[in-house]
Amino acid sequence: MTPTVRKPKIIKNSVRTRLIVFGILAVLLVICSLLSDHLTPYDPYLQDLSNAKAAPSQQHVFGTDRYGRDMLSRVIVGSRTSIFSTLLLVAIITAVGTVIGVFCGWHGKKIDTVLMRISDMFLAFPGLVFALAVAGVLGGGLHNAIFALAAISWPKYARIARSQTLAQKETPYLRAARLSGSGTVKMLAKHVLPNIIGPILVTSMLDIGTMMMELAGLSFLGLGAKPPIAEWGSMMSENRALFTTVPWITLAPGLAIFISVMIFNLLGDTVRDYADPRTRGR
Amino acid sequence: MQPILKVENLTKVFKSNGRPDFTAVDHIGFELMPGECLGLIGESGSGKSTVANLITRLTDLSAGRVVLDGQDISSLSGRGLRDAYRKMQMVFQTPTESFDPRRRLGDGIGESLRNFGNCRAEVKERVAELLVQCGLTPDFAEHYPHQVSGGQCQRAAIARAIAIEPRLLICDEATSALDVTIQKEVIQLFGRLREQLHLSILFICHDIALVQQFCDRVLVMYKGKIVEEGVPDEVIQAPRNEYTKRLIESIL
Repeated sequence: MTPTVRKPKIIKNSVRTRLIVFGILAVLLVICSLLSDHLTPYDPYLQDLSNAKAAPSQQHVFGTDRYGRDMLSRVIVGSRTSIFSTLLLVAIITAVGTVIGVFCGWHGKKIDTVLMRISDMFLAFPGLVFALAVAGVLGGGLHNAIFALAAISWPKYARIARSQTLAQKETPYLRAARLSGSGTVKMLAKHVLPNIIGPILVTSMLDIGTMMMELAGLSFLGLGAKPPIAEWGSMMSENRALFTTVPWITLAPGLAIFISVMIFNLLGDTVRDYADPRTRGR
Repeated sequence: MQPILKVENLTKVFKSNGRPDFTAVDHIGFELMPGECLGLIGESGSGKSTVANLITRLTDLSAGRVVLDGQDISSLSGRGLRDAYRKMQMVFQTPTESFDPRRRLGDGIGESLRNFGNCRAEVKERVAELLVQCGLTPDFAEHYPHQVSGGQCQRAAIARAIAIEPRLLICDEATSALDVTIQKEVIQLFGRLREQLHLSILFICHDIALVQQFCDRVLVMYKGKIVEEGVPDEVIQAPRNEYTKRLIESIL
């Protein structure tokens, strides 16, 4: 008997290629925001009222805002606040939600009921109102905005992680792992987590855009990044009133948000495909 | 001679809110001698698989005792239970699902070896041996479960089960998901391993012909109870119990 193996017919490494391309783009974005201080053509905080609301030109590729500050420089500097606070926020809610969800799904019983009712409570609460309340108690600022959004956003992840864990819990391979002498922690880390992390990672990648916008929304209300700190969302809000007279003024931060959200979304999809060996060949 | 497995008064009651309790396994008891192959037959829902899960303690017992090689394992947990698994392993009904879809077959086969303290190189070598012993080639260790056929996967599952050289092997419908020719090969494999490793086997199955061919003794289960026990040929030719008669008539 000569055993044979089915091989995937489709080109083998296309998911890997996509992962590399979008991964590099995302890393470039992060590197840009890390080195933003050195990349700006002008001082992003230098006001020049004689040159306010200038149209895009060779000197100012994206024009200037109402104080004559170079938009391109502000967008580059703003990437640090926007991208890092968003990534931090998403990392926090993913980690917290997953840990709670896996624990609930695995352990079950009373503690599961209690934690899930708490998460229901947060899900039923309007997010921005809660964020306003937190900011009211703790005062405005980027840290408090992140804290407020994290406090209301983890339940979604806990729900996904819990249902995924429940689905894995009774599978034969986990029972086989138990019989192979693996302890609970090892089973969770080695078998459950890798099998449930795909949908969670995709959700968090897709959430990057939403969270970026929500942080921007809080900044707009004066509860997030405070002027004159450059942040894409608040830059759009600041210049919103001028949209009819100088439409290009919101173009730069808008494009920046659009492109970074796009890159992270595509990366999310690719990570999901890559994490699953069954679709890796496609 | 001391039995390798002794089950006394084994009971499992499933409780559910609102509906009456369901007794899946109802005070059953039997013994399995070293080197013996004991068949357990019965229709679906008769509690056969629950018995397997109770003996391996994957499901909690409602009452009764499971004595493995002279040691009562019915109240063990954690490390104690893990040590008991060195003597007892199981082959599942669905081969592909019994391997983690995200890990290579070799990883699953070697998991018990690693857990019981073998180093990486030793494990790799042993996994290759096991695969050959079970009629596959060593390169199967590098495949994912979805890349191989059901029969090949079940061979790998058997390799995993015998990796730590258990004394008792529980086969929970291990051949049911395979087609007839593969079934025959897998049965032959079980027979060979049984001799090589001096295995005792609890062979749970709904196929009477297979049990007749492979087992020394057979138990017939119906609605959670053992209704008949004996040598397969005798049970099939002269069934005493009403249910056994019907079961055999339905096949012949």
